[in-house]
Amino acid sequence: MDSYFSILFTEVYKILFLLVPVLVSVAMIVWLDRRVWAFVQKRRGPNVVGPFGLFQSLADALKYIFKEIIIPASSNKLVFVLAPIVTMTLALISWAVIPFDEDFVLADINVGILYLFAISSLGVYGIIMGGWASNSKYPFLGAIRSAAQMVSYEVSIGVIIINVLLCVGSLNLSDIVMAQQNLWFVIPLFPMFVIFFISALAETNRPPFDLPEAEAELVAGYQTEYSGMMYAMFWLGEYANILLMCAMGSILFLGGWLSPIDVFPFNAIPGPFWLIFKILFLFILFALVKATVPRYRYDQLMKLGWKIFLPFSLFYVVLTSSFLLYFDLLPGK
Amino acid sequence: MIAHSVFFYIFSFIAIISAVMVTVSKNTVHSVFFLILDFISISCLFIMIGAEFLGMIMLIVYVGAVAVLFLFVVMMLNVAEQKGQWFSSRWDGGTHIPVGLLVSLIIFFELIIVIGGWKYKPDLLNSLSINISNEVTNTRSIGNVLYTDYILLFQISGMILLVAMIGAIVLTYRERAGVKRQSYVKQISREKNEGVDLVEAERNKGVKIDV
Repeated sequence: MDSYFSILFTEVYKILFLLVPVLVSVAMIVWLDRRVWAFVQKRRGPNVVGPFGLFQSLADALKYIFKEIIIPASSNKLVFVLAPIVTMTLALISWAVIPFDEDFVLADINVGILYLFAISSLGVYGIIMGGWASNSKYPFLGAIRSAAQMVSYEVSIGVIIINVLLCVGSLNLSDIVMAQQNLWFVIPLFPMFVIFFISALAETNRPPFDLPEAEAELVAGYQTEYSGMMYAMFWLGEYANILLMCAMGSILFLGGWLSPIDVFPFNAIPGPFWLIFKILFLFILFALVKATVPRYRYDQLMKLGWKIFLPFSLFYVVLTSSFLLYFDLLPGK
Repeated sequence: MIAHSVFFYIFSFIAIISAVMVTVSKNTVHSVFFLILDFISISCLFIMIGAEFLGMIMLIVYVGAVAVLFLFVVMMLNVAEQKGQWFSSRWDGGTHIPVGLLVSLIIFFELIIVIGGWKYKPDLLNSLSINISNEVTNTRSIGNVLYTDYILLFQISGMILLVAMIGAIVLTYRERAGVKRQSYVKQISREKNEGVDLVEAERNKGVKIDV
């Protein structure tokens, strides 16, 4: 029994060691997002609280904590309260399988990539629950839109993951990174990387695919009725999901914790830093897209997902597998 | 081992309770949420017996896609009122409950047959033709069987799904008149001289546009 508890405590310690940095970096990433956005539009952005405005997010968080939580009288109370909790939890539990370095991972499971995919496909429930439980028109429309959008883009993300898995021969995330020691998958699978990036934008409801919360049509979409800390939880969950998608992109295509070239000044930097650099790089791309691209129309969104991305990535599966078969490069033989 | 069995009982308890709540709860949307909880706890059970691939696929397919569409349908169709009627005292006619009873009776007998098979022929499990080894991951062992011995069945099931999909599209698709569709080719290939059309408008008659 003693050993059982000691295992439990070390695990809890590890989980805290992972979750606290993730939460802090989510707050920092919100600041970065706003700064990049302002930079593109030649504004200053948040620059008052702390050096370079770094503590702006903390100030916002304090504000959210002390604001009143309003629960609409006609809402479905239990589901209404559960929705932000679900969003937040799902956004955080997927970090368990992200490998930061060799043997530096909370849970090194065999089906890591499937786990990530499954959790990201569950993310839609927070939004649907919030939209339905608010019992109001705009949140409901936002929820319906978001459900259709996330289900459609998941399909193409799944097919893109198959492309990567064909080159790796394993579902384990550490194996996926180690398979890129000689060549990052972004080079042979560049079109898939582009499609993954765009689908990740759609999956996390980022502009130009932010139709579920399109402020011109739907006020704030599924979060219209939320206030105070509950709104902040939606918001934190959303950014944690964005970070997770960036992490997934850097593990699948940009070689995870590996350094770009294996020579002295580069390979002296520890692996976790490389992963963080890559995540930041992808995130800045996310922020630049937000600042530059106008919002899609709903039929264009569906057309892009089903008629362009899905057939193209399916075609690329055939291409990758026949290439690997022809040149006898199939892994796991 | 103790922790293992504790978690097993927790997950099975949640699975059974939520399965009961699916049928008992009055609000249809709540029913679907309980169904999702049921799926999740069953996939946890799958993972606990070491079938992690099945568990994850269960999450992705059932929870991530099928149940979302369930929720969609239930929220849009307002089935909630109908379900309320089944349980109300002045329930008049309808054939739902007899059909439900029949289906559950059939499932019950099937379960009896399956469990009877275990009970009276314990060597049934050993008569499997496939060797399951614990060395390879179960994703790989499923793949080894599915894409070699059962490739024909696998492809046939794929064809059946394709036919079902096309059938669903054919059944629900209807051509509507007056729908304006965006055509990129048309938009791009517009010339300057067709863009503007000067019309002599007569007084009190107007001009017919958008032909």
